[in-house]
Amino acid sequence: MKQSASKSYDAIIVGGGHNGLVCAAYLARAGRKVLVLEKRHLVGGAAVSEEIFPGFTYSVCSYVVSLLRPWIIRDLNLVEHGYQTIPLECSFSPYPDGRSLCRWSDADETRREISRFSTRDAEIYGTYGATMARLAAFAKPIIDSPAPQPASLDPRELLQLFRLGKNLRDLPADLLEQELGLMTMSAVDFLDAWFESDQLKAPMACSGIIGTFQGVRSPGTAYVLLHHYMGEIDGAFRSWGFARGGTGGVSNAIASSAQAFGAEIRTSAGVDRMLVANGKCGGVVLDSGEEIRARTVISGVDPRLTFMGLVGSEHLPDEFVKELTRFRYRGSSGKVNLALDRLPEFACRPGSSAHLRGDIAIAPSIDYLERAYDEAKYGKFSRRPYLNVVIPSLVDSTIAPPGKHVMSCFVQYAPYDLEGGAERWPEQREAFGDTVIDTLEEYIPDLREIILHRQVLTPWDLEQEFGLTEGNIFHGELSLEQLAFLRPVSGWAHYKTPINNLWMCASGTHPGGGIMGAPGALAAKAMLKSGAL
Amino acid sequence: MPVPSPFHPRTADLCTSLAWKSWAGIFAVEHFGTCHEREYYALRHTAAMIDVTPLYKIDLTGPDAAKLLARVTSRDITKLDVGRCTYLCWCDDDGMLLDDGTVTRLDDEHFRLTAAEPYFHWFESHARGVDVELSDTSARIASLAVQGPRSREVVAAALEPEFQSALRTLPFFGALAARVRGFDCVVTRTGYTGDLGYELWTANEFALELWDAVDLAGFAHGLLPAGLSALDVSRVEAGFILAGVDYTSARDAAIPAQKSSPYEVGLGWTVELDREDFIGRSGLAKSRSNPHRRATVGLVLDWNELERLFEAEGLPPELPSTAWRGGVPVYSASGQVGRATSGVWSPTLKQNLAIGMVGRSHAKVGTKLEMEVLVEYQRLRISATVSKRPFFDPPRKRFTPKNSPSSSHSSPSGELV
Ligand SMILES: Cc1cc2nc3c(=O)[nH]c(=O)nc-3n(C[C@H](O)[C@H](O)[C@H](O)COP(=O)(O)OP(=O)(O)OC[C@H]3O[C@@H](n4cnc5c(N)ncnc54)[C@H](O)[C@@H]3O)c2cc1C
Repeated sequence: MKQSASKSYDAIIVGGGHNGLVCAAYLARAGRKVLVLEKRHLVGGAAVSEEIFPGFTYSVCSYVVSLLRPWIIRDLNLVEHGYQTIPLECSFSPYPDGRSLCRWSDADETRREISRFSTRDAEIYGTYGATMARLAAFAKPIIDSPAPQPASLDPRELLQLFRLGKNLRDLPADLLEQELGLMTMSAVDFLDAWFESDQLKAPMACSGIIGTFQGVRSPGTAYVLLHHYMGEIDGAFRSWGFARGGTGGVSNAIASSAQAFGAEIRTSAGVDRMLVANGKCGGVVLDSGEEIRARTVISGVDPRLTFMGLVGSEHLPDEFVKELTRFRYRGSSGKVNLALDRLPEFACRPGSSAHLRGDIAIAPSIDYLERAYDEAKYGKFSRRPYLNVVIPSLVDSTIAPPGKHVMSCFVQYAPYDLEGGAERWPEQREAFGDTVIDTLEEYIPDLREIILHRQVLTPWDLEQEFGLTEGNIFHGELSLEQLAFLRPVSGWAHYKTPINNLWMCASGTHPGGGIMGAPGALAAKAMLKSGAL
Repeated sequence: MPVPSPFHPRTADLCTSLAWKSWAGIFAVEHFGTCHEREYYALRHTAAMIDVTPLYKIDLTGPDAAKLLARVTSRDITKLDVGRCTYLCWCDDDGMLLDDGTVTRLDDEHFRLTAAEPYFHWFESHARGVDVELSDTSARIASLAVQGPRSREVVAAALEPEFQSALRTLPFFGALAARVRGFDCVVTRTGYTGDLGYELWTANEFALELWDAVDLAGFAHGLLPAGLSALDVSRVEAGFILAGVDYTSARDAAIPAQKSSPYEVGLGWTVELDREDFIGRSGLAKSRSNPHRRATVGLVLDWNELERLFEAEGLPPELPSTAWRGGVPVYSASGQVGRATSGVWSPTLKQNLAIGMVGRSHAKVGTKLEMEVLVEYQRLRISATVSKRPFFDPPRKRFTPKNSPSSSHSSPSGELV
């Protein structure tokens, strides 16, 4: 076995996803000697931009930003390192009957659009948004600080803690009722209490199911609606944005900041296993056989891969392993990226492109979404899936040649456990891609003619290529029982693990997935505070 | 009633918001759609075109044109090469600032000056005994700013083919006499956005053709028409001062204290003192050697403090999305030391910025001051750190490719740094 150059590191971070990089930057900023080891040939993980087809840069996985914490942007000088965002202007939904709805940042314009479906909904829509924003303001401190510590694990107390946790204690009575609904209801039930028109509710309900293996009528999905309102761009509560150069632009800025603080980053350096002996971790062994030692090792990959893949369950307490096994991944989504010869035209709104400058939801009705889920329950990808589509090249001139475009389609449902086994995904990949194009073609009749290149990612690909267990985009479902002090395992929600000198810093820890950076930053702070480093 | 600019038929069609204002008595669009944001992002990420016709223009021709400009303005214009522009200011007899603008040397004996305010007669009144003809071209020349990272490709594509390569290698503050669709059009690499950008100058009768040519060329590059709201956000990011907003012209000052020297507004670098006498020279020499009364500074306002002030009221922080103008007190520990006159939340830098004038001793970069803010109707203060201007200064602003590739798209991100 080769021994690496005599360097000694305070910390090795396994995985150069954005959280690993944030963690590295904070540790380096505090003067620690840090090495990031990334398996792929570039950093970013699920927040990555790659020129898959010459001239066209895809945000291969994640495609919009919103949750990246403003304090992280400031602490790490990310703007100086190239971080720039462009807000999404609207949310557009076409319907099979030739109608369409576009929700704009302008309240009056949105009201006019919605009133074509329901004047009642149009009138209340603004109040709904304001209520959610107020709720999000109460919940926001939760994602900016370590998970609260429960006094006991009695489920009733846990619920209490969620509801009346430190930050929610001051919740006004009118919001409390809404909050209770969010905690327990399905996205559809929650929205039913507000709105009547299916065309409005369907695209709104989708934010409750993204990345989960649940339907819009499954209880608990309402809570995730709130996440949609927690996004911040530019300090004030705002919606989502594109990162310039794709979401890899975020990771690259963080990597550049980490390096400026002195962190070292090695790509094409996959970790084969952690060096664990006597309940202690002392370093890692690379795929190449190279051994690197450090005072601490921090895992920037998901919990399953960390403990079952790199540590080995034999080193772990049984109870921990049991809970870890219960932690649900069940990837349910895929991605199709297209290079287009020109801007696509939706048949329902020809002659203009303004409505394409935001996100586009193919979610024509609640039943459509529920049917899509039904198919997935029985191991098939949806024949008519929910799609969330963006065309960032309309507003970012760095990612496609002039006049050409990239189109990113997030696809749900694509169950990891395909009928006949997940290994069948490769042979189903192109059929899955065809389904997505067929679905879109119902709204963009000439789509096939303008496709120059297509990249299809199934949950299997997300696992194989990006190390996302079962293809789960968030390192484990974002459902209530897998959040906060329960993420990933109760009692181990503060970035520490049962193995001494081994820590966690990625989306499988509090406050969870999304391009947020909070797990990485909070982990670094916890380590520095504990004196572990 | 304002009058239409030569681009009005096009801008009026596009201005669905009906958000017009008067700029120098000419109808100018504030924002074309319901808000300016889209236009701002086009400026910073693709390209935007802005009708800047309301700028005042004076054309000077004749053997002594350079001499006259050198006599009236802060710069020794005789040294300006043909095909170059320069930024400068002009002062009254006491060396107090009147206005600032650009001068382009179109030919050996042909210059064009731009100004924020009308100064034709001021220049003319100093043209005694020199062989120069002045012409107020303000109402005859249409100007269109094309700004943003893709503006080079857009402008190149709008020109007749034989001028395209010269355009691509046109340096910062360079000027090119070109042609668009058969008519003459001067292109200068100037602008008010602090970004890569150009301004196109042509006779009024070709304005619509010019607009259409740029619009067509820009389609593939995501070019959008932009109004003054977007322009104003970018100009604060660029740290540019605005006459009448960040300083009062000596001509408009009601009391002497309202006048400023170019040194006080940060235009000292445009003043070339060591040369033949020119208007305001002795006054300028005095203000240079005297400790200046004040200095214009960039201020970065503390975000955390602002957030806490709002939080104390149970509110999320709220800022106007457009640039603000006005007079907001700026303090040091000892009391008020100046005022902030323009400001904006910069969506690109993710910083809350202001431009202001403070006492000279408080102007060093890094100095901690305080600025007044209004939170729930209360006058409060937050920290404001003196910082360098421009706040936003991307390398692409000055960068010029050496050769002229037909398309610069091979390394998009590199070029757009
Ligand atoms: C298809 C898709 C769409 C998404 N869309 C959005 C979106 O639009 N907005 C949003 O906010 N979030 C989105 N997400 C979620 C978000 O991208 C992730 O939650 C987030 O990027 C995860 O970051 P991370 O740093 O925690 O982990 P990861 O990004 O998963 O990083 C882990 C890293 O570890 C590396 N690695 C794995 N194994 C090894 C090994 N053995 N040795 C060394 N390195 C290893 C991986 O290559 C990877 O770089 C999406 C995710 C996916 C997959």
